[in-house]
Amino acid sequence: MRTASSTKSNYPVAMTPDALAALENAGFSRRNFLKRAGALIVTFSMAGSARKLAAQSPVQRGTALNQVDSWIAIARDESITAYSGKCEFGQGFSTVQYQLIAEELNVPLDRITLIFCDTFLTPDQGVTSGSQSHPAEFGATGLRQALATAREALFQMASQQLNVPVDQLMVEDGVIKVTANPSRQMTYGQLIGSKTFNLTLNNRAVVKDPSRYSILGTSVPRYDIPAKVTGEYQYVQNVRVPGMLHGKVVRPPAVGAKVISVNEGSVSGLPGNVKVVVKNDFVGVVADKEWQAIQAAEALEVKWSQGDPLPDQQELYAWMRKQPTRDAYTVLAEDVDSMLKTAARVVSATYLHPYQMHGSLASSCAVADVRGSGSSATATIWSATQGVYPQRDSAAMVLGIPRENVRVIFVEGSGCYGINGADTVSYDAALLSQAVGKPVRVQFTRRDEMSGGENYGPAYVLDLRAGVDDKGQIIAWDYESWTLTKGGRPNATTPGNIITGALVGFPTPALVPARGNPPANYANNGNAASSYGAGVVAGRSGGTGNIRGERVLTHSIASPFFTGPLRSPARLQNTFANESFIDEVAASVKADPVEYRRRHLTDSRLIDVLNAAAKAADWDSRPSPKPGNARTGVVTGRGISCVLYEGDNGYCALVAEVQVDQETGRIVVKRLVASQDSGPVSNPDGLRNQMEGGVLQGMSRALREEVRWDEQAITSTHWRTYPVYQFGEPLPVVETVLVNRPDQPHMGAGECTITTVAAAIANAVFDATGARLRQIPFIPARVLLALRSRG
Amino acid sequence: MAALSLKVNGRSHSVDAAPDTPLLYVLMDDLQLNGPKFGCGLAQCGSCTVLLNGEPIRSCVTPVSDAAGQEITTIEGLGTLEAPHPIQKAFIEEQAAQCGYCLSGIMLYGKTFIDQNPNATEQQIMEALGGLLCRCHTHVRMVRALARYAQEVRA
Ligand code: FES
Ligand code: FES
Repeated sequence: MRTASSTKSNYPVAMTPDALAALENAGFSRRNFLKRAGALIVTFSMAGSARKLAAQSPVQRGTALNQVDSWIAIARDESITAYSGKCEFGQGFSTVQYQLIAEELNVPLDRITLIFCDTFLTPDQGVTSGSQSHPAEFGATGLRQALATAREALFQMASQQLNVPVDQLMVEDGVIKVTANPSRQMTYGQLIGSKTFNLTLNNRAVVKDPSRYSILGTSVPRYDIPAKVTGEYQYVQNVRVPGMLHGKVVRPPAVGAKVISVNEGSVSGLPGNVKVVVKNDFVGVVADKEWQAIQAAEALEVKWSQGDPLPDQQELYAWMRKQPTRDAYTVLAEDVDSMLKTAARVVSATYLHPYQMHGSLASSCAVADVRGSGSSATATIWSATQGVYPQRDSAAMVLGIPRENVRVIFVEGSGCYGINGADTVSYDAALLSQAVGKPVRVQFTRRDEMSGGENYGPAYVLDLRAGVDDKGQIIAWDYESWTLTKGGRPNATTPGNIITGALVGFPTPALVPARGNPPANYANNGNAASSYGAGVVAGRSGGTGNIRGERVLTHSIASPFFTGPLRSPARLQNTFANESFIDEVAASVKADPVEYRRRHLTDSRLIDVLNAAAKAADWDSRPSPKPGNARTGVVTGRGISCVLYEGDNGYCALVAEVQVDQETGRIVVKRLVASQDSGPVSNPDGLRNQMEGGVLQGMSRALREEVRWDEQAITSTHWRTYPVYQFGEPLPVVETVLVNRPDQPHMGAGECTITTVAAAIANAVFDATGARLRQIPFIPARVLLALRSRG
Repeated sequence: MAALSLKVNGRSHSVDAAPDTPLLYVLMDDLQLNGPKFGCGLAQCGSCTVLLNGEPIRSCVTPVSDAAGQEITTIEGLGTLEAPHPIQKAFIEEQAAQCGYCLSGIMLYGKTFIDQNPNATEQQIMEALGGLLCRCHTHVRMVRALARYAQEVRA
């Protein structure tokens, strides 16, 4: 068995004492730098050092966002420690942060240690989500600006000490030199030498010109992959604290069921010092070993009340239209109705999207150590949360202890894609630890994760109508949708946003029905407005297209299940509808789908990604459906879609080529060609990795995924009842095209491509067969139905 | 509880566990290995995969008593950061991971299949991994990494 290495002598690079403590506190121990094939592969081992954590009294750092010292510390030995509130989930962003630090400070990568997401150590940057990391860290208040401020301060210090004006100095490998006489020099370590900067972030500090980048913009290998493939990487599932016990939760068997009674005697004979914990409707057990806890949870007799009546899944979409709503307009042009009346032709269609789940590969896990009572109680939580600070605030409320006494330390779990069970399981562990006075690890079962852990991505009903003039141009675009909401992200006020909070008795904020007002400004964050609208609000145009007669109205209704962000929340559902619909309109006027999109677009960057994908895919330019395809047997087709993610946060387009078996209704995606423009490309290979994963995950969501339930309970409780795309199935050829814009602001990268997949596939199926798929998932039965109802 | 002797990655251990305890919990909790991971506990995903006498098994549904005395290999037993196994090298070179939680299944099933079928095509490799899940959907790179490993085995 490999033993943990966490003593100082194992660090090849000396660090600030603060960095060392922080590193170990955060469960990291730096170990290795492998050089191979000319590429620097920085590897870290994170084995076992969390064990030390409980024994240590952590040094709490200043974490104010506007202080340079919150972001960066430089030691006399030249080691650099950076702190960030953006976490790593396998999306590769921390490698980009290493690149940014090396680039902006002109230091080698191996001198840097990055510590992220720990409420005692790192700046409060909210949550890591929504493709916001790239824009945030390169933005005016993020890591890059802190680094630029620090570098300017170091130049000032060098200027004073060397008695040379700043503009006659240069920097190389962390050494500031007199340009005319490089032997006169001072290192960063000599200049700041473990002292603090005591500086406020200067938003006028000049950042490095991206045209001079030598590390950003290159495919630096991910620092975490070597330790992941050798099995040394410590996930939250591997956090082990001395004296740690194992807990399991017992969730209500039906949605909304309440505890009537718990028979503790039912587990009294079981091994492992089993303890039962009940707090309102929160029920859990704790035992010495994990297997004992699992058996105790299964044996525990709990009497539950009936659950809430659930809408009939067969009737969900009709039911949604009848509920009280809270309304919001993205755009509201007054003349839409009259334009639809005068249009030469009106096209309309309804699209349906089911509830889907994150379905993380790992069942969520957390470890918590809650000690003491009253105002002196403390809690440490190791969690794979997307937001350590929001979790700290709401965990403090759930536990009833002061929030400054709660420390949340991020440790990576499996990919989360949004609010999976990571937050809920953290409260579970904390509640159980508080009840038994010992550290407790909770690892969800698959059923806990899928039916009692996560906040689902909500279902949607989307009605679209377009008015087309006699030249085939769209003059009116009318969008109306219904979606559902319940709870959401943890925050400082409503712990009832997620399942555990609600079970212990915190109210989940109720949806308050309200009429929508005309918008005050154009904000297309949810991509409800299509790319083809001019987005005219208050006389100004904010959209990417030229359709001025635009009405975009979203109705939210109360959801029976918890909902929350799921990779590309709302944008994916909306883009499925908008990008399918533009294709339907194009077909109705017999226009080529690419050309027809271009005809309605004004944003040159969106046009560029569209063209780039079409070109790379060797787009067959003609109207759909494909002429000459037989109405039986296996046929092929191609489809396209595109979007400006969140209305301002990354451009992408996708061409899908599919094969449809018209006898079985089976779709096989043969090829996916994705293009993306996220501003400057920070790490080309990392971006491709995100794009490739995005398109295949999107394909799985489009073809397979739907949360199912019966009268009382969720029935999608494992991978057979929630099937996803898996190994062994036909793998499409995936190609990626990067459109680099070094002169533009940084935009989001992780969620764009997934947003475009369902429509590209539906459009390709239409091209192949003439049948239009308007309901996700595109399972064979639904494809057959669509084929039968072809005109 | 009973004392069981386990041979993991070439070393012998004596552990105290109920014989019906799934092997995974003993590896994770008692032996503190990070390689095999809990994903589903239902033999549906593969993240708990280990080799038992060289054959991949799902340790989440294998009672520890079935594995006692036999050769167990986890991905830690393949290679190290300093000396990665060729299959680990292939995954590093192809950057074939996002979160990496699924890697035990992909690498160990992949390795076993390719060692026995070094001339397999990418499609055959993909088919041989039937039933494994990667929820980050890193399939493209993982198949590429396995093909690279196959090349290495052939060489
Ligand atoms: S955890 Fe064993 S197969 Fe999923
Ligand atoms: S890389 Fe995340 S599950 Fe495979």
